[in-house]
This record gives sequence, C-alpha cells and structure tokens, in this order.
Amino acid sequence: MTSKTRIKVDHLTRVEGHGNIVVNINDGVVEKCEWQVPEAPRFFESMVRGRHYSEVARITSRICGICSIGHTLASVKASEDALGIKVSEQSWKLRELIKHAENFDSHILHINVLVAPDLLGAPSVFPLVATHADVVARALRLKRLAHEWGSLIGGRTTHPMSIVPGGMAAVPSTKELKELREKIIAAVPDIEAAVATVAALAPAVPAFDRPTEYIALSNDKDYGLYDGDIQSLLPDGTKSRYPVADYKSVTNEFVVPQSTAKYTKNKMDSYAAGALARFNNNYDRLHPKAKEVAELLGIQPICTNPYMNTVAQCVEAASDVYESLAILDELIAAGTELEPLVEPKKFGSGAGATEVPRGILFHEYAYDLEGMCLGGNCIIPTNQNHNNIQHDFDKLVPELIEQGKDEKEMELALEMLVRSYDPCISCSTHYLDVKFVR
Amino acid sequence: MAKKASKPKVAFFDFASCEGCQIELTNFGDAAFLELLNHVDIVEFREAMSEKTTEPIDVAFIEGSFTREADRARLESIRKRAAIVVSYGQCASGAGINALKNHQDDYKSFVYGADAEQPHLDSQKALPVSAAIKVDYAALGCPVNKYEVLQIIAHLLHGKEPVIPNYPVCVECKRRETVCRWDEDDHCLGMVARAGCSAPCPAYGVPCEACRGMIDKPNVAALEKVLVERAGFSQKRAAEKAFMFTAIDLEAVS
Repeated sequence: MTSKTRIKVDHLTRVEGHGNIVVNINDGVVEKCEWQVPEAPRFFESMVRGRHYSEVARITSRICGICSIGHTLASVKASEDALGIKVSEQSWKLRELIKHAENFDSHILHINVLVAPDLLGAPSVFPLVATHADVVARALRLKRLAHEWGSLIGGRTTHPMSIVPGGMAAVPSTKELKELREKIIAAVPDIEAAVATVAALAPAVPAFDRPTEYIALSNDKDYGLYDGDIQSLLPDGTKSRYPVADYKSVTNEFVVPQSTAKYTKNKMDSYAAGALARFNNNYDRLHPKAKEVAELLGIQPICTNPYMNTVAQCVEAASDVYESLAILDELIAAGTELEPLVEPKKFGSGAGATEVPRGILFHEYAYDLEGMCLGGNCIIPTNQNHNNIQHDFDKLVPELIEQGKDEKEMELALEMLVRSYDPCISCSTHYLDVKFVR
Repeated sequence: MAKKASKPKVAFFDFASCEGCQIELTNFGDAAFLELLNHVDIVEFREAMSEKTTEPIDVAFIEGSFTREADRARLESIRKRAAIVVSYGQCASGAGINALKNHQDDYKSFVYGADAEQPHLDSQKALPVSAAIKVDYAALGCPVNKYEVLQIIAHLLHGKEPVIPNYPVCVECKRRETVCRWDEDDHCLGMVARAGCSAPCPAYGVPCEACRGMIDKPNVAALEKVLVERAGFSQKRAAEKAFMFTAIDLEAVS
C-alpha cells in the first residue's frame, strides 16, 4: 500500500490570528510536520520609541484585541517598575478584578464559541444557534456579563482606558461595585450550567499525553493571575522560581524559518504556558469552589494532556468568579474613591509580567529622563507555546498514523490540538493554518 | 440593498490587526447579537467559524492594515466577490496604530536584529485597505464603536448611506457632561479628533488620542501650539503627539 498524505490547512479557523499546519507523510513516514506562523509582523517594540510613558500601554494594548486588558496591565506594570512607582491597594485590587474579568471573558469565548463546535461536531457556533440554542444564548449572556464586568473598571474591555501608570484614572463607585456583585451572583446558575456542559463534553477530549515544562506566574498568597514570580514546573514535580526581571533567562527567544513569531525554550526542548500550566503550577492555591469544579471535570495536577487546556480554562472561569466576589467584598467594605496617580520616582528600565488567558506575558521598557520611551520588548504567551505545539505535533502525528487515522481525522486532531492552546496569533507576531500532504 | 428573498450575506476578513474590532461583535450579549443574525447571514468569519465560501457576498468587512504586497491578491479577490466593502476599524480605515512604524526606518532590525532580512519577516509601510482596493464605507475607531457598527449595518440593509460625523470629539464630551481634560491639568486631542465614539476616553480619565483620525481640515498648527504652551510639551513631542492613530492623515500616503 503506497499512501501519500498531504495535510495543508491555510489560515486555521476559530483562532485569533493566522497559522498554518503542514504535514507530509510518505508510506507512513513523516517527511514534514510543521506548525507555521505567517501572521504579518507589526513591530510594536519599535513603535513605542519616542512615546511618553503615559501613552505606551495605550499603544501596546493594540497588540491583541482579546487580551488587551492583560497587555495594558503588563505594560503598565513594566513602566511602573521602570519609574519606581508602587500603586495603592485599591488600584491593585481593581486591577486584579479586571484581570479576572478578562480571563473569564476569554475562556467563556474559547470554550463556547471556538472549541464547543468541535466537540458537538459542528463547523462553527452559528449552526449551534439552531441546534443548541440554550448553550449559545447562555454563552452570549456570560460574554455580556464579562464585558460589563471589565467595562465597569476599565471603561471598555477592548483596549481599556483607565489603567494607567501610577494607578487608576477612573474608579467605579461603591454602588456600582455592589451592582456588579449582584450581577455576578445572579450569573452563578449560568456558570454552573456551563460547567455541566463541559463535564458532559469532557469524554470527547482526545487522549494524548506529552509531559513538558509548565511555566506560570506563582506566589504564596493566591492563584497568581495578576502577579507573582516566574515558576517552572517539570514533569517530575520539580519547581523553580525566577524574578520577573530575569524573564529573558527563561524565555530564551529564537527565530525559526516557518514562523514570523519567535520561539522560546527553557529547561526542556519546549515549554507550555496557559491555563493548564497555571493549573499545574498553582493548583494548591486554587479557590476551594474551583477545586470542586476541577474534581467534577476530572482534571488533576500534573495533567500532561495539552487538549485538557480547555478543561483547565473552565476551572479557571469558576475560579475567576469566586475570587472576584471576594475582592468585591473587600473593595465594597473599604469604599472606593478616586486617588491621585503616583508620580514617577526615577526614569530607568523595568519589566512587568501578568497572566493573560493564554499564559504568562512579559513587557519591558526603558525610559529617558523626560519619560520618553527608548524601546520595549514584549514576549507573548502564544509565542511561548509555538515551540511546544511543534513538539506536540512531532509526537502526535506518528501516534495518529499508528492508530490508522485517515486524513480528515488527522487534520481535525491537529486543528483541535492547536485550538486547545487558544492561540492568539496576532499577538504572537511576533500565528494559524493546517496543511497536510500525505 | 434592495429587499431580497434571502438574507444578505456578510463576511469578515482580517489583515494586520489585533482583531479586537471583530471581538467587539461578541460583546453585544444575546439579545442584540441573535437579532442581528435574523437580518444577515454571516458566511465567513475565520476567527469564529470554519465555514469558508467562494460565493459572492453582499457586504465584506475588512479589518487590519495593508502592510505586505503579498496581501494584495487576497484583498483583490475579496473586492471581486463583494458588492460592498467596509473597512472595519482604524487599522483598515486609516492604517491606525500600525502606521506608527511609518515614521521609522529601522523597525525591522530593532525587533528582529540580525534576522531582520529573512524574507518571511517582510513588512512595508502600513497602509489603509483603500491603498489596495476600492472601499465603499468605513467603520472608524480603535476599537470600532459597536453601536455605530450596528447602525452602519442597519443603514446598508435599508439601502441608505451610513453617515460619519465630521465634528470634533469635544462635542461629544459636552453632550455627556465630561469635565474637559484641559481643566484637569491634562492634554487632549479632542478638538481636532473625529467624533462618533461618544467620547469614552475623557470620561474614563484619559485624553482623546484621535483613534478615529482627525476631522476634515484640522488646525494642526494650533494643536501643536496649545500642546506646547498649555501642556508644556517639547516642540518635538507636540509635533509627534497625534502620530498614534493619525500618521496617515498627517503624511501623504505614498
């Protein structure tokens, strides 16, 4: 039997940005198996040069429409590090609250709109409007909640306005925070129903394991979504921590010919960032209610199946809700007021990191004595996952051949793998298409 | 579009952008979004669906800037299939944030170092989509104002011309009774910036950055003067202040 399989998916769908999958198999031998990133590069690190520190986050927010809150936060944190600024407790809590809003928003979108069609056997969410009207309406209601949640704090969720170096340029009233708290509590039945839907679909998640290194922010107080040190977790359970300032010694970026996005590696051949990496690193500090969701969904650390990232996202969505209710209680008890922005104490360089829905995000800037930016560096989570996706492909394709999968089945398995990472390619171009050739 | 037996076919395409304007479509909640689907068929939307079509489409929304000659053919094929092309968001309508690099000549080597000349990293000046193909209407802003987008779609469904304001953002701040940034010891571009966004930025404590571009015939000299004299900017910073979203307005596209 001579068989040639050629899989070629140009501009993979239901992902943010552009990526291609190319696999050539000749008589069962893999000749080429590539995850390619052709997204048009956009040069943000260069574009911030000559801009005032108050404008830089407004520019780098535009790296990504989905994680613009996270880009704004990482950017502002890096600038504050460079300018010697420490923000107030109120600003810190409001930023944590909007970080949860973004994580919840993005995970709800990814689980319901981008992944659910694969598990329900549909090409997109639109046919589901007829066949699964309740699921779609619920997803849209939860999306709307996330949007209102983030907008209350940031002004809007795509390119938020109020998060600025020195604190918050606008602050919601205690009354508005109470209303948000009521809205989130009212949405709990929708959230529980969404968890039940994912629990019902969980058996359709493909079985595949590839132990890798998992990197996420980590601290000793909470799940580490907004802040922490960099933590590496190896498959044997070894953990090591690095200060954010040393991020380059963890990311070790390099350029490869099939990608406009740079690749990264640390202790192993590749590492994973994202919900699964966070879950594996920070399970101990997961909210007790979210641990119950994890148990219901059948996921426990160290989980080495990359397809389970979507399930980890569902656990995190629950965590975002319960952690935010606690933050809201604290903010409401203290009462909110508009505070003056903290002024720069120095002008130098600094780095900042936060966890965005797809994983750990680093920004770094240098400023001159007028507060004008000399240059920046941004390392996006999807970038950090490209190399891990390539290594997953290298292990998965021979396994699929072994299992006697046909071209369509292989193509779907690879597309679903990439989608499970929830890649955000515009961001990373510094990414999605599948091309198979058999 | 005249009344048709079937719903108009609408498609979304993306080029160099953050895709945030497409994400804005998911922020309506169930009522508005499901109602929209009662009036149009979304036939292609790579970010949200696997279905692709080669059929003619009634309205193509294109997000993102034209930054690579390699993208011209894709733009031309969209133009051939689409009765109406709408540039969707500021990157497509005026090159947007991407045009910040048009003021630099070393952006490739700055980001990619010694690898800068590898062919797949090619990127030219960021240009609006209209530099490659004819564009019929524009949804401005970074991000788009999602309610204005619904209005544009409603106008097109009724065969009307969408109207884009040609008055400054200051008008909208007055309308919503926002205290002027200049009265808060800040600066602002609102007086030359094109309105239509409902002025959300000053209402959230930050200056307008003219993300919808400028009004027709903006008095740029007066803007620079006030930035120097009242905000204490250096002449250079004042001259470059409006580059963030309006590089194309200020520099001839060539």
